[in-house]
Amino acid sequence: MVHTDLIKDPHVLTGKLHWGVIPFTDPVVAPVMFAAIFIGIALVLFVTYKKLWGYLWSEWFTSVDHKKIGIMYCIAALVMLVRGFSDAILMRTHQALSTSDSFGAGYLPPEHYDQIFTAHGVIMIFFVATPLMIGIMNVVMPLQIGARDVAFPFLNSLSFYLFLVGALLVNISLFVGEFAAVGWLAYTPLSGIEYSPGVGVDYWIWALQISGIGTTLTAVNFIATILKMRAPGMTLMKMPVFTWTTFCANVIALIIFPILTIAILQLTLDRYLDFNFFTNDDGGNQMMWVNLVWAWGHPEVYFLVLPAFGMISEVTATFSRKKLFGYVSLVWATVVIMILSFLVWLHHFFTMGSGASVNAFFGIMTMIIGIPTGVKLYNWIFTMYKGRVELTASMWWVIAMLITFTIGGMTGVMLSIPANDFVLHNSMFVPAHFHNVIIGGAVYGYFAGFTYWFPKATGAKLNETLGKWSVALWFFGYFFAWVPLYYTGFDGMTRRLQYIDNPDWQLSMYVALIGVALIAAGVAIQVFNIGWTLYKRNDPEYRDETGDPWDAHTLEWYTTSPPQFYNFGQVPVINDRDPLLDMKQKDAAYKRPEKYERIHMPKNTWAGPVLGLLTLPMGFGFIWHIWWMVIVSITAIFACWMKLSFERDKDYYVEVPEVEDLEDKFLKSNENRSYYFEKNAKYYKKWKPTKRTDG
Amino acid sequence: MTELTNDHDIHDDHHHHEAETADRYMFGFWLYVITDCLLFSTLFATYAVMSQSFANGVTPHELFNLKFVAVETALLLLSSFTFGMAMLGANNSNMAKMKLWLMITAVLGLGFLSMELYEFVHFSHEGAIPQTSGYWTAFYSLVATHGIHVTIGLIWMLILSIHFKRDGFSNENRIRLSCLSLFWHFLDIIWICVFSFVYLRGAM
Repeated sequence: MVHTDLIKDPHVLTGKLHWGVIPFTDPVVAPVMFAAIFIGIALVLFVTYKKLWGYLWSEWFTSVDHKKIGIMYCIAALVMLVRGFSDAILMRTHQALSTSDSFGAGYLPPEHYDQIFTAHGVIMIFFVATPLMIGIMNVVMPLQIGARDVAFPFLNSLSFYLFLVGALLVNISLFVGEFAAVGWLAYTPLSGIEYSPGVGVDYWIWALQISGIGTTLTAVNFIATILKMRAPGMTLMKMPVFTWTTFCANVIALIIFPILTIAILQLTLDRYLDFNFFTNDDGGNQMMWVNLVWAWGHPEVYFLVLPAFGMISEVTATFSRKKLFGYVSLVWATVVIMILSFLVWLHHFFTMGSGASVNAFFGIMTMIIGIPTGVKLYNWIFTMYKGRVELTASMWWVIAMLITFTIGGMTGVMLSIPANDFVLHNSMFVPAHFHNVIIGGAVYGYFAGFTYWFPKATGAKLNETLGKWSVALWFFGYFFAWVPLYYTGFDGMTRRLQYIDNPDWQLSMYVALIGVALIAAGVAIQVFNIGWTLYKRNDPEYRDETGDPWDAHTLEWYTTSPPQFYNFGQVPVINDRDPLLDMKQKDAAYKRPEKYERIHMPKNTWAGPVLGLLTLPMGFGFIWHIWWMVIVSITAIFACWMKLSFERDKDYYVEVPEVEDLEDKFLKSNENRSYYFEKNAKYYKKWKPTKRTDG
Repeated sequence: MTELTNDHDIHDDHHHHEAETADRYMFGFWLYVITDCLLFSTLFATYAVMSQSFANGVTPHELFNLKFVAVETALLLLSSFTFGMAMLGANNSNMAKMKLWLMITAVLGLGFLSMELYEFVHFSHEGAIPQTSGYWTAFYSLVATHGIHVTIGLIWMLILSIHFKRDGFSNENRIRLSCLSLFWHFLDIIWICVFSFVYLRGAM
C-alpha cells in the first residue's frame, strides 16, 4: 500500500503519507471508515449542541479522581471490545466460508486477513482486557483500602491518556495505511524491515510502546497506593483479596513491562536504523526476540488473570453470605503464582530446540503453577459450600468461570508436556486453550466484578435478567465456538489459516460460527444492559440508595454510590478482614463521628490529557517518518512538563461544613435500614471476627 | 493515611502531610528505579547473548582501551561522592555548599559524557558502528542508554537549580533533590556493571 520510493526517501512535510494509503475503495474497510467518521462528527456535534465541552473538560478529561479515571478506562475498554470482537466475527465467518467450494476462498484477501488476526490479539489483550481490569482496579482498590485517591493522581491521569493514545493509533491504522500482519507478538524476522517494509509493524510498535509505558506508571502508582495509603489498622493480612491480587498483578507489571519496552525499542532500532538485534545476518538473533517477548508475555497473562481471581473471590464471599474460605491460602496462592509466573515463559516455544533438560524444567514449572491455581478453585468452591448462595448475575459469571476455566486449565496442563507440545505447537489447539483460560478465567472474572461494582461506580444496579442472559449466551457460545477448534487442532489444523482446503473441517467451522453468533448476542445484550440501566438509573428498581446494595463485607460499600469525590468523610479504623461486616456486627456502622476533619485533595490538572495526547502526533510522526512532527511533539511535551513542574497550587482542602453536609446525606440514606438485609441476618449474626491479629 | 481520629492543629497537620508526601514520593521513585533497573537488565541480557556475534567485524578486544575507561569510570564514581557532599549541604540547609558540590558533580558528569562521546566517535572511525554486527548493536544500545540517562540527570540538575533559586529548601525541592540523588547513585551502580561486564570482559 505504500509507494516504494517513499520508504527510502520520505517527503519532508508528509513523510511516507499520501492519498493512496487511505482505503477509499476497499469494500470491507471503506464503509466502516465512513461510518466511523459519520459517528465521530455526530458525536462532536451533539456534545457541542448540548454545550457539554466545558463540563467534560473540567469534570472528566482533566479529572484526577481515581473513580472517574476508572470509568473512562472501562468505557474505552468496552468500545475496543466491540472493535476486537468484530475482528473475531470476521475471522470466523471468513474461515467458515473458505471451506466451501461454492464460496470460493472466503472473502478476505490474505494481507487483510493477517492484519485482522493481528489486530484482534493486540486489541483484546492491550486495549480490552488490560484497561477493563485497570479501570475496575481504579474504581475499587482505593475504596477498598480506605484511601482518598491513588498515591500519584496526576500520574494516573497520564497513564490513562498514554493507554488511550495506543488505542487511537491502532484504530487510526485501520483507515490510514495498514496494521501489522505478523501475529500479535510480531515475531522476528517477519516483523523486521526486510519482510514487513510497510507501516503496519510501526503502528504495532508505537501503539504498544506508548500504552506499555502507561501500564508501567500504573504499576508504580498502585503499588505505592497499596503499600502506603491503607486505612489505619488494615495490616497486609487484613487487606481484601481483590486488593491483594491487584498488588501482585502490579508487581508483575512493574517487572515485565520494562522488558517489553526494551524489546520493542530494539525492534524499533532494527527497523529504523538498521541495527542487528533480530536480523537474519550480521550476528542478529531472532530467538532472542521470542525469548524477550515471552519473558514479558507469560507473566502478562497472570497480570491479567490475578485481579480476575480477586474479583471472583469478593463476589463469591458476598453472595455465599460467608467469609471467604481459606483467606490465607488464597493470598499465598496468589503470591506463589506471581513468583512462578516468571519461570514458565519458555513453554511457548518448546520447539525452539533448547534441549531436553531445559524443556523438562519449563514443563515441570508449568505443571507446578497449576497447583496454586487449583488451591484457588477449591477456595471458591468451599466458600459456596454450606453458604447461602444467592444466584445473582455476578454469581452466574462466577459459576461460568469455575467450569470454563477449569477445563481450560486442564488443556493447559496437556500443553505443558513438551512431547505433547511438539505435536500441538502452532495448531488450532493452542488458541482454543488460551481462549479457554483468558475468556473463562480473566474475562468472566472481569464481568463478574463489573456487574458487582457497577452500582458503586454509577449508582445503579444492572438489570439482573439481561445480565443472566448474557452469561448464558457467552457460556454456551464459548463452547460452541472453541470445542470444534480443539478438535481441528488435534486433527492438524494450524493457526491463522486464511484458506482451509480440508473438507473434514467444514462442519467444525460452521459450529464455531454458531458459537461466535451466540457470543455476539451476549455482547449485544451487555451493551444494551449498560445503556438501559443508565437510562433507568433513577428508577427505584435500579437505583442504589444506600451505597451497599448487596449487603457486602468490604470498605468500598461503606460510602455513597457513586462515592463522594473524597471517598470517606472519616476513614474508619480497621479491625477485621471484612471491615464493613465487622462494623455492622459491632453496631459501629453508619454512626456520625463527633467531628469531621478538613480533607486534603489534589486539584484537577490539564497536564494529563495534554501531555498524554501529545504522544499521539509523536507516535504518528514516527510511524510515517514525518520528522518535523516528531520534533515538534517532543519539544511540546518537554515544555508542558516544565510548565507543570513549576506550577504551584496543586492541591486544596475540603472544608468541614461541606464534608458534614455531604456525609449527613449519606447517613440519612441509611437511617432506616437494618444492618443486614433481613434474609441474611441469621447467617451474618453467626460470624466471628477474624482471630488473627498479625500481618 | 492521616489518622483522622486524632486532634491536630493546622500546623501539625501540615507537617504531617509533608512527611507523608515525602515518604510516598520517595517510595514511588524507588519503584521507578526498579523499572529502570529492569530496563538495564534486559539490555545486559541482550549484550550477553550478543557477546560473540561479531559477524567478521571488528572485535572489542582490538578497540577497548582500559586506561581510558578507567579515567571515565573514576570521573563518574567521583561524581557520586560529590553528590553525596551536596546532599550533606542540603541536609544542613546550606545553599552555597549544596550549589558548589552540585556544580562539581555536573562538571564531572559532563566530563564523563564527553569521554564517552569521544570513545564512540573513535570506535566508529575504526569501523565499529551499531550496524556493524550484533555485538556492536548490543554494545552501543547498552552504553548509550546509560549515557542518555546521565544526560537526563544533567538536565535535571539544571532544572532543579532553577527550582532551588525560586523556592529554596521547600519540601518539594528536598524530595526532588533526594530523587535525583537516588537516580545518580543508581547510574553509578549501572556503570560499575558496564565497566565489569562490558569493558573488562571485552578487553580480555
